[in-house]
Amino acid sequence: MYKQFKKISLFGQKRSVRTSLFTLLVALLVGLTHVSAQDAAAPADGAATGAAADAGGGASGDAAKGEALFKNNCAACHNVTAEKSVGPGLKGITERRDFPWLVDWIHNSQAVIASGDPYAVKLYNEYNQAQMTPFPNLSEDDIRGILAYVEQANAAPAAGAAPAAAAGGAAGAATVQSGAPSDLFVLVLVALLVVMLLVLGVLLVIVTILSKAVTGDATTAEGDKVSFGDRLKRNLLTAANNPAIRSATIWVFILLVVKATIDGAYSIGVQQGYAPKQPIAFSHKLHAGEYSIDCNYCHTGVNRGKSAHIPSANICMNCHGVIKNESPEIQKIYTAIENNQPIEWVRVHNLPDFAYFNHSQHVNVAGLECQQCHGEIQQMEVVEQRSSLTMGWCIDCHRKTDVNTKGNAYYDKLVQLHDKYSEGSLKVSDIGGLECSKCHY
Amino acid sequence: MENNKKRYWRGLEELRNDESFVKHAESEFAELTPGEEKEYQSIVDGTNTHRRDFLKVLGFGMAAVSLAACDAPVTKAVPYLNKPEGEFPTLDNWYASTYSEGSDYSSILVKTREGRPVKLEPNTMSSITHGVSARVQSSLLSLYDIEKLKGPQKGEDTKVSWDMVDREITTQLAQIAGRNGAIRIVSHTVMSPSTKAVIADFIAKYPSTTHIMYDANSLSAIRRANEESFGQPVFPSYDLTKAKVIVGVEADFLGTWVNPGFFDTQYAATRKVSSAPNGKKDMSRHYQFESDFSLTGANADYRAAVKPSQIGLVLTALYNRVATKLGGKTITAPAVEVPYLDKAAADLIAAQGQAVVMCGLNDPAAQVVTNALNSLLGSYGSTIDLSAPLNVHQGNDLAMNAFIDEVKGGRAGAVILYGANPVYDHPRGAELAEALPKVPLSIAISDRADETAGLTKYICPAPHYLESWGDSEPRVGYYSLVQPTISRIFNTRQGQESLLTWAGLPANYHEYLRSYWRRNIFTQGGAGDFDQFWMKALHDGVFERKATTAATASFAGNVDAAASSIARTSAAAGSASGIELIIYEKVGMGTGRWANSPWLQEFPDPMTKATWDNYAKLSKKTAEELGIKQGDLVRVESKGGYAVELPALIQPGLANGTVAVAIGYGRAKAGKAGNGVGVNVYPMATFVGGFLSFYPGNVNVTNTGGYRELAQTQTHETVMSRESVIQETILSAYQKNNAAGRFIPEVETSEGPVVAPDLSLWNGHKYPNHSWGMVIDLNSCTGCGSCVISCQAENNVPVVGRQEVTRRREMHWIRIDRYYSSDAEEGDFQGQEIASENPAVVFQPMLCQHCSNAPCETVCPVAATTHSHEGLNQMTYNRCVGTRYCANNCPYKVRRFNWFKYFDNDNFDYHFNNDLGKMVINPEVTVRSRGVIEKCSFCVQRIQEGKLTAKKERRRPIDGEIVTACAQSCPTSAIVFGDLNDPTSLVHQLTLVERKGGRGFQVIEEINTRPQITYLVKVKNVDPDASATLDEEGEIKTPHTVDT
Repeated sequence: MYKQFKKISLFGQKRSVRTSLFTLLVALLVGLTHVSAQDAAAPADGAATGAAADAGGGASGDAAKGEALFKNNCAACHNVTAEKSVGPGLKGITERRDFPWLVDWIHNSQAVIASGDPYAVKLYNEYNQAQMTPFPNLSEDDIRGILAYVEQANAAPAAGAAPAAAAGGAAGAATVQSGAPSDLFVLVLVALLVVMLLVLGVLLVIVTILSKAVTGDATTAEGDKVSFGDRLKRNLLTAANNPAIRSATIWVFILLVVKATIDGAYSIGVQQGYAPKQPIAFSHKLHAGEYSIDCNYCHTGVNRGKSAHIPSANICMNCHGVIKNESPEIQKIYTAIENNQPIEWVRVHNLPDFAYFNHSQHVNVAGLECQQCHGEIQQMEVVEQRSSLTMGWCIDCHRKTDVNTKGNAYYDKLVQLHDKYSEGSLKVSDIGGLECSKCHY
Repeated sequence: MENNKKRYWRGLEELRNDESFVKHAESEFAELTPGEEKEYQSIVDGTNTHRRDFLKVLGFGMAAVSLAACDAPVTKAVPYLNKPEGEFPTLDNWYASTYSEGSDYSSILVKTREGRPVKLEPNTMSSITHGVSARVQSSLLSLYDIEKLKGPQKGEDTKVSWDMVDREITTQLAQIAGRNGAIRIVSHTVMSPSTKAVIADFIAKYPSTTHIMYDANSLSAIRRANEESFGQPVFPSYDLTKAKVIVGVEADFLGTWVNPGFFDTQYAATRKVSSAPNGKKDMSRHYQFESDFSLTGANADYRAAVKPSQIGLVLTALYNRVATKLGGKTITAPAVEVPYLDKAAADLIAAQGQAVVMCGLNDPAAQVVTNALNSLLGSYGSTIDLSAPLNVHQGNDLAMNAFIDEVKGGRAGAVILYGANPVYDHPRGAELAEALPKVPLSIAISDRADETAGLTKYICPAPHYLESWGDSEPRVGYYSLVQPTISRIFNTRQGQESLLTWAGLPANYHEYLRSYWRRNIFTQGGAGDFDQFWMKALHDGVFERKATTAATASFAGNVDAAASSIARTSAAAGSASGIELIIYEKVGMGTGRWANSPWLQEFPDPMTKATWDNYAKLSKKTAEELGIKQGDLVRVESKGGYAVELPALIQPGLANGTVAVAIGYGRAKAGKAGNGVGVNVYPMATFVGGFLSFYPGNVNVTNTGGYRELAQTQTHETVMSRESVIQETILSAYQKNNAAGRFIPEVETSEGPVVAPDLSLWNGHKYPNHSWGMVIDLNSCTGCGSCVISCQAENNVPVVGRQEVTRRREMHWIRIDRYYSSDAEEGDFQGQEIASENPAVVFQPMLCQHCSNAPCETVCPVAATTHSHEGLNQMTYNRCVGTRYCANNCPYKVRRFNWFKYFDNDNFDYHFNNDLGKMVINPEVTVRSRGVIEKCSFCVQRIQEGKLTAKKERRRPIDGEIVTACAQSCPTSAIVFGDLNDPTSLVHQLTLVERKGGRGFQVIEEINTRPQITYLVKVKNVDPDASATLDEEGEIKTPHTVDT
């Protein structure tokens, strides 16, 4: 008996060595999943390049100036196509009205209406008597530029819109994807563990049967009489009493808990999917989606500085001074202005203080679309944080994105050098996009 | 190569090799002494934590993290309601403005973010000042001082409305004026022409008013002397660029005399040399005769320490030597034993027409002799200009004394103290404090209830200059504007508006200023219509009606009378055996006006490197005679019986038999940071012939037996006696060999000796895009320290306070190392003894060298400090775990550890724990938390911003567009920053010219860290034999032949 006990304990020791090996294997697997989860989070390559190429193009002369003016002043209410928005679509506007009329109208539409011009009155009534904001500061040249842009845009219809949409779509897909792989790997891990447990069980059964065969006939005879259920029960009990299996189970459990904790810890401060209720139910879907108002119109800082700027109430008033001003949500803006009490929006995208991010670097210089990071903002009724905004997410994009070097003399020398010494395209990581002091200082 | 054989030391403890110095030298970070530990046994302080405390904190931290993770905090984004035009959140706006306080003047650019000033930089449009001094930089922090008054007050406590104040004051003024009672406006020097017009309007309304100006550190004698000598009561302007020989007699023109901003750029221009083939290879020669060891003395080629009572005699001696040669009238004056007098006289004569003598004594006789001397030398019309004089130091000591007598005699009906604080900063302050409450109507226009304002009936708080309109005319014909860069923080009103209101005039000073400029300044040659002119002047910050060529002047003063007066003063001032007192002004603290600025309090004095105190400076010999050691509390008692207790500081080079104490300290009602720091020594100053004298003669100096440790930063970061830290040479050697004085380290290899940096274990970094680098010219650096505070403002460097500085935990990212040097060899004790009597000085700005083979990077266990491909040594705070290995491995000792959280911490009440104070924080730079290392980043935020601007404009950055804060504020352009890869950049060209066979060296080159910073060898314009030192008799001895 004593001898047997000793034997079992020896067996137990041997087992424990094997258990540790097993533990190590599981640990490695867990670790691996973790690393790949970070690596996998990456937007589709095409999205960035597509968007970049789109921003690089542009017309020359008046139309180019007109484009900027149109986007800053007109796009909020007018489409370049025939499609109606807040105001009429501008396609064919030069054929409909002559230039002096247009100038008068743009400078002060109310004066034209008041003069009793029949076309003007008809137009005014057709659009629910919404007043067009007067633009007395636009010179005749400016207006010519805008009209040139409208014509040019209609001459090459939808050419510009398609890649942008594609880019947006691709970016969106990529963002959704970025969360997925880690779940997939957990599934794979669990499946693997189940299979391994099964194999272990089968092996144990085989070991039991073989050992019985070795220890002699007496037990075999006895065993024949025992029913299958009892035998299963006894085998299970043996398995449960087996220290090796016990410790393996405990280890697996502990490791799963550790894995869950680590994953949980990594998600601390990550607010992906955060969509707080805002004090005013502003809809990006309506403004950016249906009316296709250029993001720049309200987010004036996006090409200039670090912050994209949450628009100040006076920007809202450019349109809502006349449009839908009776709506209770818009009344809130009026109240704010009357009380001289700024609107306190809830910040959706929060970066930690020690991370520096600059919108103009990404939008103006790199030519990224807003959707790349913010998701399909034009479809959001309530703004939601689509990307994780973790450092891994930043780094991944910097590893995979080509630098938008086209037409930018800053990069000329770098491109030459890069082409001389390496294959492949110039990535953000090649020009120091992964260095600490690019974002932390 | 001529290797440098000099020995350098940073403090006497290093020269003596004190036990404490050796102990400190071995450890990078100070250990607490057993007594100190007791204060630090809490769980939140970061030192000496117990294991259980650690576990408690850990447990609590875990709980807090999991709790915090449950619900992310909701942050609000609050946009403007109505965005002001031209204001874009997160984008800088720059405005030109002017700092003009008393005689301090600086034309500045104010950087604002979201409508609040965050940084001051020099205005390059100005031809008067070119840098921004430490004092001016610090004025930014004073804007956000929460201890300023928030509205008008009646007496010290009753808050009242402006309406009520105005009603009451106007009524009373009318009554006083009605009975022809004396109304007195007291201010420091006013350089603003429109403010003077406002005061004139006020006087027109109340004709019994007189405006009295005085200066805390007065130079009223200069105007008097010029009136006597040339019939013009003016303060001349100087043009040092034309000077070949500069002689300073007690004139600390690079530190505190008048306004160093006027002189340092000019001075440095005469000191710059270049190793380029056709480069400039001549320098001005600078003699300094002085009692205190001033910043200017430290820069001089020849300096002699003279007892205060003898200093006037230096002038007479110099005059006689020059007059004999140039045919002037000699004078009779007692002989004086001062070295270099003959030499200085000979050089002055040789440089006739290109020489200048500057005298800092507030004694008309001394100034008359100076004028006579300059006149003989032909300086007028060349280096000195009387036709476009300076408007500085308009104070009149006699008028001020008369005013105090008047108040004491009860003859003053109303006193308006316009920004002045005479109770504190006038020697007769105590008399005034007693008499002021008895004046029927007393009004203070001041930003706080200071020593004087607290005694007045009404305090009408004035806003900070960054909230105000104004103008200034530092030199006749050179105007500049002050414009507000932030909306009024408190319910304050500009002094000018108060005066206008009381005079019954429209109180809009902005309109007043405009119309004043329209009438008086636009007419002096403004282009276009007035609105255009005004906009341009506002934009440029300055309007300069350039002076025509300087006019010559003929001297008509009485030198004989002046000489006998000097002789009398000298005899009266002190006996040869007694200890004489000098009261001096410190480069940082000045007259004490900004004493509540923690930046200034912690600014290490360029010479003593002491912070947070004033002290009694004694020469080594005098201290030994008196049995006083560094830090001993000494009692200094003046003849008048006024006594102060101060810690002693041994200052090599101070005149023997002299004790020097600084003004600007001992404020009682400045605010939390300034109150009770040091002692007030204004009451020890005296009046000689009615003129304020900071040389009050003999005093009693006794050792009280007490001890107070001085918070000195010097010798904190020792360089372990490595050679080649400082390299210097003399002009004649440099003219022969560009590489004179250079230490070129060589290593023996199997193939013969190789220059050390040619060997390396490392592959080296490649900098394909930019390579940010710096050149620091030791010859141009005057050691003024404006870079230190500029860096502090730019990079949110915290103030740690006196106690922490004594523990060697100051946080400045850039420091100016002050090295004393002598030729005495190690072990030659007597030689060293002599050397410490009057050592030579070299200043070296020391900051992170951004080594390409950085020793810090290789030892960081968490890769928190890494190298960028633009040549920067990056520090990532959020990665740092605080092992401090990097700081221990840094050969330059430039890394700083955050021992505490210095913001929102009541133990560090230095403006960073209230919302107003925090408005000074640069939003582009992280505020570091406890437990991380920090260091100079080469202003990476500016680099990133500059690169982004270039990228947005689709071009390469232009040289000069991206500069560090230290380089931008440097008045002498001693620090040049730029892209070493850009062939058009100045830093590239300088490096190219100087590095190969020129003056360019890298500090401790032999350890092959390959810094991105090149220093240029210091060149002194001394004769080859003059590297010898002097013994007490003034005879020149070469140190190697000193008998031992």
